[in-house]
Amino acid sequence: MQRALTLYNTTIGKKAVMAASGFILLGFTVGHLSGNLKAFAGPTEYNEYARWLRTVPALLWGARIALLFAVLAHIGSAFQLWKRNKDARPSRYQKNVSVATDYAAKTMYFSGPILLFYILFHLAHLTFGGMLFGEGAMFGIEGYAWEVSNPYNNMVRGFQHWPVVIPYVLGVVALGVHLFHGIWSMFQSLGANHPKYNHLRRDLAIGLAALLTLGNLSFPIAVMAGYLEPTNLTFHFPELM
Amino acid sequence: MKTKNLTLHVWRQDGPDAKGAFETYTAENVNEHMSFLEMLDDLNEKLIIEGKEPIAFDHDCREGICGSCNIVVNGYAHGPQERTTVCQLHMRHVFALGWSEIWLEPWRAAAFPVIKDLVVDRGALDRIIQSGGYISIRTGSARDANETPIPKPISDRAFDAATCIGCGACVAACPNASASLFTAAKVSHLGMLPQGQTERFDRVRKMVAQMDAEGFGSCTNHGECEKACPKGISIDFIAQMNRDFVKAMVTSKHDVEAPNDAE
Amino acid sequence: MELKSHEPTGPIEDRWKEHKAHSKLVAPHNRRKYQVIVVGSGLAGGAAAATLGELGYNVKCFCYQDSPRRAHSIAAQGGINAAKNYQNDGDSVYRLFYDTVKGGDFRSRESNVYRLAELSLNIIDQAVAQGVPFAREYGGLLANRSFGGAQVSRTFYARGQTGQQLLLGAYSALERQIDAGTVKMFPRHEMLELIVHEGKARGIVTRNLVNGKIDVHVADVVLLCTGGYGNVFYLSTNAMGSNCTAVWRAHRKGAAFANPCYTQIHPTCIPRSGEYQSKLTLMSESLRNDGRVWVPRNPEDCDKDPAKIPEEDRYYYLEERYPAFGNLVPRDVASRNAMYVCEDEGLGIGPKIPGEPRRGVYLDFKSAIDRLGEDLIMERYGNLFEMYERITGDDPRKTPMRIYPATHYTMGGLWVDYNLMSTIDGLFVGGEANFSDHGANRLGASALMQGLADGYFVLPFTVGNYLGTIRKTEPLEESDPVCQEALKSVQARVEKLMNAPDPTHAPEYFHRKLGNIIWKYCGMSRDAEGLKKALEEIRPLREEFHEKVKVLPQKGETFNQALERAGRVADFFELGELMCIDALERDESCGGHFRTEHTIDGEAKRDDEHFQHVAAWEWTGDPSNPALHKEELTFEYVKPTMRSYK
Ligand SMILES: Cc1cc2nc3c(=O)[nH]c(=O)nc-3n(C[C@H](O)[C@H](O)[C@H](O)COP(=O)(O)OP(=O)(O)OC[C@H]3O[C@@H](n4cnc5c(N)ncnc54)[C@H](O)[C@@H]3O)c2cc1C
Ligand code: SF4
Ligand code: FES
Repeated sequence: MQRALTLYNTTIGKKAVMAASGFILLGFTVGHLSGNLKAFAGPTEYNEYARWLRTVPALLWGARIALLFAVLAHIGSAFQLWKRNKDARPSRYQKNVSVATDYAAKTMYFSGPILLFYILFHLAHLTFGGMLFGEGAMFGIEGYAWEVSNPYNNMVRGFQHWPVVIPYVLGVVALGVHLFHGIWSMFQSLGANHPKYNHLRRDLAIGLAALLTLGNLSFPIAVMAGYLEPTNLTFHFPELM
Repeated sequence: MKTKNLTLHVWRQDGPDAKGAFETYTAENVNEHMSFLEMLDDLNEKLIIEGKEPIAFDHDCREGICGSCNIVVNGYAHGPQERTTVCQLHMRHVFALGWSEIWLEPWRAAAFPVIKDLVVDRGALDRIIQSGGYISIRTGSARDANETPIPKPISDRAFDAATCIGCGACVAACPNASASLFTAAKVSHLGMLPQGQTERFDRVRKMVAQMDAEGFGSCTNHGECEKACPKGISIDFIAQMNRDFVKAMVTSKHDVEAPNDAE
Repeated sequence: MELKSHEPTGPIEDRWKEHKAHSKLVAPHNRRKYQVIVVGSGLAGGAAAATLGELGYNVKCFCYQDSPRRAHSIAAQGGINAAKNYQNDGDSVYRLFYDTVKGGDFRSRESNVYRLAELSLNIIDQAVAQGVPFAREYGGLLANRSFGGAQVSRTFYARGQTGQQLLLGAYSALERQIDAGTVKMFPRHEMLELIVHEGKARGIVTRNLVNGKIDVHVADVVLLCTGGYGNVFYLSTNAMGSNCTAVWRAHRKGAAFANPCYTQIHPTCIPRSGEYQSKLTLMSESLRNDGRVWVPRNPEDCDKDPAKIPEEDRYYYLEERYPAFGNLVPRDVASRNAMYVCEDEGLGIGPKIPGEPRRGVYLDFKSAIDRLGEDLIMERYGNLFEMYERITGDDPRKTPMRIYPATHYTMGGLWVDYNLMSTIDGLFVGGEANFSDHGANRLGASALMQGLADGYFVLPFTVGNYLGTIRKTEPLEESDPVCQEALKSVQARVEKLMNAPDPTHAPEYFHRKLGNIIWKYCGMSRDAEGLKKALEEIRPLREEFHEKVKVLPQKGETFNQALERAGRVADFFELGELMCIDALERDESCGGHFRTEHTIDGEAKRDDEHFQHVAAWEWTGDPSNPALHKEELTFEYVKPTMRSYK
């Protein structure tokens, strides 16, 4: 008996999984940024938003599980394809030129892992910093301690320190580069293809990647420029404990 | 008429399991109007007279249409001139780039074992076609050719895909040695025509499965293939194949069998 | 040897139908018991193998390329004729038949030609059903054009790649059968010998080009569809590997070779640029619709920049000599006149190759661009201009194209009867490899038609008839002495080529020399004196070849391209000699065979009284003394006339 062909055991199927999970992650990134822009509305709004996110545990955990799943699927299929692609060319060219590949496409296998580390760092910085560092100095930085009920200050005070800003900026740039190829690639892999609109796919990829990069960079820039400052208000949000 | 001496580093390999290595030769008095392969002919004639093993390379029509020739020239599949097979590459273009040292390598892919030197076995591409790259029509049972009008834009677009010469440059140029462009060209050519509708979704499933079974890499949407393709086949066809494939896998009510060595 | 054409009689339009109705068949369940060998995977071989496989026969198909899709049919550009009359311009099967017989200068067999015209209808249907993307009009129906001066638009085309698209259609049908298990494909296998057992073709000996292994394949019937022998000229529009080995080996085993001297020279090819040139590239004849052909009037102007040659110093020789047809005279007339102005009058243009007159004439689009605008000209010929520029580095919009005639097609081939069977029982020949349908000259766009008619519709049927008639063949084992002898003879031949006594030159060296002789004396125009000279030169050169050819022996058991070439050149030597013998014997001019002694007003003058026959040559063991047999031709429907283009 021969096995029937399944979607996931084909290369195109795996690419489709990458594209679909990438799409989920992209959606998250967009939502995440638009929520965070509340920082510019003020500490209270920002912290209130953070609190609200935690008020519906089902939604929160649902989203977390979905994201975790998307990340795993994204990484899993990327890894399998990477392995396969490596095996598909066992002997390398002595002279290797690329004519069409842009920087972003060439570096997907680097920007991906960088993003992974960045996300872990980012979570440590803003989600489970308290768990990691307790009352002590975050990332070993004197005078920068976790404030349980004040995500706003956790963010702003972090960005006052280069050791936090630099990995963040690197991560955000890697994200932009990853998305620049990823978004276009997503259209291609899912076959979103129409002769009339095909040229828009590149434009959309450039636009969205740029928007997300600049949006995310706006926080450290605003902090460094002194536009966003730590707040002296105190909050008490049991949901965040 | 310009002539020049060139240093050639040529990949020499006795067989699929042998270890290959570069050997260096001088091509003397290369004329600018020669084709790249004529330069090699000339060198080979000299090698034979000197009692040395001539360089093996594939070629036949020398008109850019049969798809036999295949050399990676200084890192470019078919050489640096766009939309040009290596048999149609003329030395004046090589001179214009100022190259005096040239590396000649075979198509490198696990699915294309080296037969000798620059000659590889591209049987995998034939097997992809065998798996479904046809319209099943018995000889003599066709109806009148003009019975089904086909809108010109569709027919023209199908033609764009049908111009593939099966050379495998797309595989050679792809960072993942993927045969997606080749496969997509045939899937799209037949899938767009009214005659090809009946088998459209099974065809794409079988051909993709075979493509995978041959050990080609996956498409990571870099677009190298499109640039190397001597017929300028567009990667839009790959998107078209992907869509047909996913659609077929998701909606089809019956299974197709995976080829034996599919992953 | 007796030449029986086995033509049916009766009204010509019923002959094929009647023939089919009264032929023997093989029952479906019996077909797989028969082993069929098809050598060649071009239009003829690919179509035949696919169709025979589909019928249920057990088929083995061989080609020397790495894939059947690369057969040289792929290179045909212009189009394929069919008497569909889709344009409503008065075309019919009869008219296509008539044009083909006349075009062949009354040297073809009427029954065959009629069948060809008839089957042309089915070919187009078949190809379209396979997905061949022929050109279409805006209304979605198939487009046609007029080709080679035909008075009707009956040529179907697919951009400039008609052969490619048709071959890919046949190839896909073939691959489908390979998948179904009815056809086993042997790419990179070259046929080097035919096995004849008790008077019947029963198999072949091949060399596996990858590992050098020499093998026997036995069968009940053998089909040769191995293309033309134009490469006997060394330079031609054929592929580098095109060869005569398969047909020549069959000839040596008893198959008569018909009309070897009938070759076609195409007027619009890109001229040579130097001695190193390996092949010639055809430019579509359609260019002559808008281009004007000229050379300088004064030999001193020949190496001048053409733009600097004033109008009055340009010699538009076709327009002056043939006011009625001008640049659109038929292929052979255009070709010959180019040769006259270059070789006899010394007015040729282009690069000077040492020891040769300049061979090239201008094909100028300036006046067409002035008259019609560059856009329209580019729309018509853009892809051809691009191709020309890629090869020569010149832009035809700025400087006139250079063209010169080149060998393009060989009408001669193995003699076959109406069933396409040669003089050896069980050996069938299709496509360009046989001599059948084009007489002394082939019309443009008719070779693709013939290859596919033979492959899809004639051979599958006549092979069945043959097998149905003989019923059972004697079992033949590979160990049979006949097979082993054939195998040994091939091994010995290969050994001999690799161990010449005084190896000094690569095979190309001899091939070039042979080509020069044939081109000079047996090319566009021939005369008795020259042909005798050619024979005198070929014989010693052939001996020198076997004495001095250098092929590296140590790696004979592997991929060895020099060895492949040497074997092909060896056979070209013998065939080249036969061509000259045939050309000398045919003491008349007809079609592509132009004997300068026989002209009327500078045109070919036939001698129907003495030469209205097919010259079929039998191998006698001595390449210099073949035996001539004649098949007389009769013309019941199209009465022979003289052509005139004045
Ligand atoms: C440049 C060019 C343009 C042309 N344009 C047109 C046109 O527009 N219209 C038209 O009607 N005709 C045209 N012709 C002519 C036409 O293309 C050919 O006559 C026709 O395609 C021949 O088909 P075939 O099947 O007989 O042979 P081919 O297609 O030549 O196939 C020969 C096959 O035999 C195999 N073979 C040969 N020798 C051996 C051997 N010893 N052992 C094993 N296998 C062997 C080869 O591998 C190949 O598969 C053109 C020809 C050329 C060269
Ligand atoms: S798609 Fe282009 S590069 Fe790939 S095989 Fe076809 S012609 Fe060659
Ligand atoms: S030799 Fe035929 S395409 Fe290059």
